[in-house]
Amino acid sequence: MSLDNANPVVFQKTTEREILPEDEDNDVLDEIDDREVYDLIRSINDPEHPLTLEELNVVDHANVHVDNKKNKISISFTPTIPHCSMATLIGLSIRVKLLRALPPRFKVDVQISPGSHASEEAVNKQLADKERVAAALENSHLLKVVNECLTIREK
Amino acid sequence: MFRLEEITTFTGHNEAVWCVAWSPSGSLLASCSGDKTIRIWGKEDEKWVCKTVLTDGHSRTIRYISWSPCGQYLASASFDATVVIWSRKDGVFESIATLEGHENEVKAVNWSSSGSLIATCSRDKSVWIWEVTEDEEYECASVMSSHSQDVKHVTWHPHKEILASCSYDDTIKLYKEDNDDWTCFDTLTSHDSTVWKICFDQSGSRLASCGDDQTVKIWQEYVPGNEEGVLTKGNDSVWKCVCTLSGYHERSIYDICWNVETGHLVTACGDDAIRIFAEDSCSSKNEPKFNLVTTVTHAHAQDVNAVAWNPKIPTLLASCSDDTTIKLWRIIE
Repeated sequence: MSLDNANPVVFQKTTEREILPEDEDNDVLDEIDDREVYDLIRSINDPEHPLTLEELNVVDHANVHVDNKKNKISISFTPTIPHCSMATLIGLSIRVKLLRALPPRFKVDVQISPGSHASEEAVNKQLADKERVAAALENSHLLKVVNECLTIREK
Repeated sequence: MFRLEEITTFTGHNEAVWCVAWSPSGSLLASCSGDKTIRIWGKEDEKWVCKTVLTDGHSRTIRYISWSPCGQYLASASFDATVVIWSRKDGVFESIATLEGHENEVKAVNWSSSGSLIATCSRDKSVWIWEVTEDEEYECASVMSSHSQDVKHVTWHPHKEILASCSYDDTIKLYKEDNDDWTCFDTLTSHDSTVWKICFDQSGSRLASCGDDQTVKIWQEYVPGNEEGVLTKGNDSVWKCVCTLSGYHERSIYDICWNVETGHLVTACGDDAIRIFAEDSCSSKNEPKFNLVTTVTHAHAQDVNAVAWNPKIPTLLASCSDDTTIKLWRIIE
């Protein structure tokens, strides 16, 4: 099978989050913020390269927006090439990761960064359709592929 | 003041509850879920309890359930591509038939007002009509592939053999029987995204729709020779969008239901809220006005998937959610 994008540009990984004294203080209310959600998705594996979504610049911190009070999270991701056939799978992996990791009160919207993909509208519509996402996740083959993307690799 | 008061919460399903349906007599409520079961709820000594759990009918999510007009049968539509017919003879539910043919997920199933026809729709883009024979056989009468995308819902006219469907292709379609076959005679366009649900009012001359574009639309039927001068073709009516309710919902609207007696419209929304709209007293047929009369902002902890007015008690409402619960509400005026 040929790769969609055989020679992707690889980006520098961000440094680990600095642990501040208040993070270890149990009396401080620790709200879910942009960086925390970004940390959840940056280690997701690309479906075709042994690299993370962060290393391919598919996700970046600036495109993660958390409104903790309104229980809203919106994420946009940028496929490496405008005809990437993996765009829906990448978006689905991001959705599933957050579905599993975050409290259910959050409404998560995952979209393609405007102008970065040829079928942007169609992919966005599919990712926003929770009925189709629910049906997709009952497909054992697809679920296996998603789980592979979500398994953190030992380096 | 008009408000909704919570009467009770039903717990028991282990996954999202997709649909709730009252039996025609209003005494039983059926619910179905991602946990592949159907639960039947009813009153015992003034207390609501789960009377029966139907398992083993489906191997995947049960998306929709519908009672036959006589109340003796229940049909369930599943992501496993089948529809199961359950019979309630002697009070015990038993699966008596499986309707197969759709290529993938069945999204909805509904009975015609006479109970002699069943319509189903699927992600395979088709709408099927089944005939119910006297000896409980179910035969496919027509397969219609008018939609270009996933068909989300099908519903029958309250007293005519007219079928309506809505789809991921943003349109609503109407069908009738013509020379022994079923054909689409009108396509309703106005929604900007997926149309999740459609329902006729009691008269059958109005249709309400809701969808991903966060609007509710009211459609009016214009029969041939109508006094408004709306153009029609042949013997078929045309349907026009006469009202759009926008700005009220913050996310996708998954369900809408007309109250048979009061005409109130209730919506189920992805923003966790239930809203009720009432028609303005000086509203006209061609330009109706609806006002928001109440909103329950955190009706459920997650998306509200369905709402259903009790057919006999107009102040009683049922709702269900991704949060796995079902709630009963009473209107207080």
